[in-house]
Amino acid sequence: MTEPILSVRNLQVEFASRRGTLRAIDGVSFDIAKGEVLGVVGESGAGKSVTGLAVIGLIDRPGRIAGGEIRLAGLRIDNLPPEEMRRIRGKRIGMIFQDPLTSLNPLYRVGDQIVETIRTHLNLSESAARRRAIDLLAEVGIPAPDKRIDGYPHEFSGGMRQRVVIALAICAEPELIIADEPTTALDVSVQAQIISLIKRLGRDHGTAVMLVTHDMGVIAETSDRVAVMYAGRVAEIGPVQDVVRNPLHPYAKGLMGAIPTLAGDDKRLQQIPGSMPRLSAIPRGCSFNPRCAFAFDRCRIERPEPLPRGAQSVACHLYDNVPAESAA
Amino acid sequence: MLAFTLRRAVQAIGVMFAVGIIAFSMFRFAGDPVNQIVSIDTSAAEREVVRKSLGLDDPVPVQFMRYFADAAQFKFGVSYQFRQPVSTLLMERMPATLELAICATVFAMVFGILMGVYSALRRDTFLAKLFQAVSLIGISLPTFLIGILLIYLFAVTLGWLPSFGRGEVVKLGWWSTGLLTLSGLKALIMPSVTLGLFQMTLIMRLVRAEMLEVLRTDYIRFARARGLTTRAIHFGHALKNTLIPVITVAGLQFGSVIAFSIITETVFQWPGMGLLFVQAVQNVDIPIMAAYLLMVSLIFVTINLVVDILYTVVDPRLRATVGRAT
Repeated sequence: MTEPILSVRNLQVEFASRRGTLRAIDGVSFDIAKGEVLGVVGESGAGKSVTGLAVIGLIDRPGRIAGGEIRLAGLRIDNLPPEEMRRIRGKRIGMIFQDPLTSLNPLYRVGDQIVETIRTHLNLSESAARRRAIDLLAEVGIPAPDKRIDGYPHEFSGGMRQRVVIALAICAEPELIIADEPTTALDVSVQAQIISLIKRLGRDHGTAVMLVTHDMGVIAETSDRVAVMYAGRVAEIGPVQDVVRNPLHPYAKGLMGAIPTLAGDDKRLQQIPGSMPRLSAIPRGCSFNPRCAFAFDRCRIERPEPLPRGAQSVACHLYDNVPAESAA
Repeated sequence: MLAFTLRRAVQAIGVMFAVGIIAFSMFRFAGDPVNQIVSIDTSAAEREVVRKSLGLDDPVPVQFMRYFADAAQFKFGVSYQFRQPVSTLLMERMPATLELAICATVFAMVFGILMGVYSALRRDTFLAKLFQAVSLIGISLPTFLIGILLIYLFAVTLGWLPSFGRGEVVKLGWWSTGLLTLSGLKALIMPSVTLGLFQMTLIMRLVRAEMLEVLRTDYIRFARARGLTTRAIHFGHALKNTLIPVITVAGLQFGSVIAFSIITETVFQWPGMGLLFVQAVQNVDIPIMAAYLLMVSLIFVTINLVVDILYTVVDPRLRATVGRAT
């Protein structure tokens, strides 16, 4: 296997607070290969967005990367000086945020914002950068881009603004795009368009995509692989069909059980009892044990490490020392 | 856009009309104007003649309309004290006040914005904390005290700057300016600092708070995620967004700078409208007081109008709403 575009190993992110240090990310590891879409799912506060911000180097004080390493195509980037990291942001890693309505500076024309970003990273003249900006707007599906380029953000609809944001994220041909809930603020019909746009761009340019969302439908439709996060750890990671059809971790099972189907059986959806622990009160052992129906003594004492299970990898004691065939 | 400007202009005239009523009523509440003109032993018949000749026997609304119509042409009557037309007196004094107010405002804007931006970006440095502390002094110390302290330090003890007056002035048509001579410029320093200090600290605190607010917004985070340089983010994206409220406050404050220049002008014996007004109050010179009231309101109203129009220049979103609203 060739070297992955993004390789995260044992990442730890901590936030200093008045009541001590809170560990938001604790030992997260994953890879994303060239052209691959990795979906990252989990409840609010599971650490999905923080992982994305850590990769692009935007963890602000009082947070900090406390351990582990992040490699971009082999280059270690988690400890680069700020100025070198700035050159990578936008050029080699693009980021799309959740809310397109507030991601653009309201006082500048969208064209000026794109041209500014292009000229920061690529050695292009004003007019060449403008031509490129028009091409980009066309590529993300904005009609009449040569006219719309002189519009202000408030003159665009939410979906169109998210397209502009995507154009900004890809304007220097990055190797990796981090999309942090890119469709959450949009209505359903626009969501589908944006998702297929991100998918198409990833395919056309061979860009790796890290897609953070809590929408399993979006993951199933877009991703090649999926990582399920819980309380700052990866509970399960694997190819999307396997994880959706045959989830291993009890938490992943719970998540999949909570997806409504069109099959029409009108049973109540499964729900996972309880809620995710606060960062200041993560239980000992497996952080999921208080909500887990299968928890046994070991789960309350020892923290499970990721175990390979076919193409999947799962952090759960249920699968330790159990032959693959009889896995529950 | 034009309709918006026109509507605001009509509102402005309404405000001026209301101020006119207040200015006019000063004449009536401060006693019978005839008594102030004639001597004590004038007979009742002669008083009636004076009253008739001045139109003071007309109904009050008629008198008011006459006053307002004259005021609209900058005819404010004759000063009791100087026996000269009030408009001539005001015109003589206005350049001094306007030059002082403009210098004070420029001083306040330049230093206020610089210090505000610095203390927002380098929040934890010693200098930023010093600015914060100094700004407290600027806000809480009364103007006259600052003026007197400055005079004591720079005029009395060090002898660097003159303690009163405008220095040498040069006439440019009817406008007399102190900006073209060395002594005029030196005389301008202390009054400008005194007058602008409060505004400066206000702007500094406002810029700091706004800047910190803007730096937390999503579009700044997105600008960082795009890898823009720190300079482009701070001075391109953040500062421009910070300036909208600053324009409002600085604009409105320009009006109060002119109004509050009364105190500064008194402390520094600055021959401007404020000093004229203080003298008028001491001598119950109502035509001057009424005219001053009208002039200051006119300046306030004009500035409000300009600020409203400036907004739409800075913020494209307002251009759209204004266009839709009309």
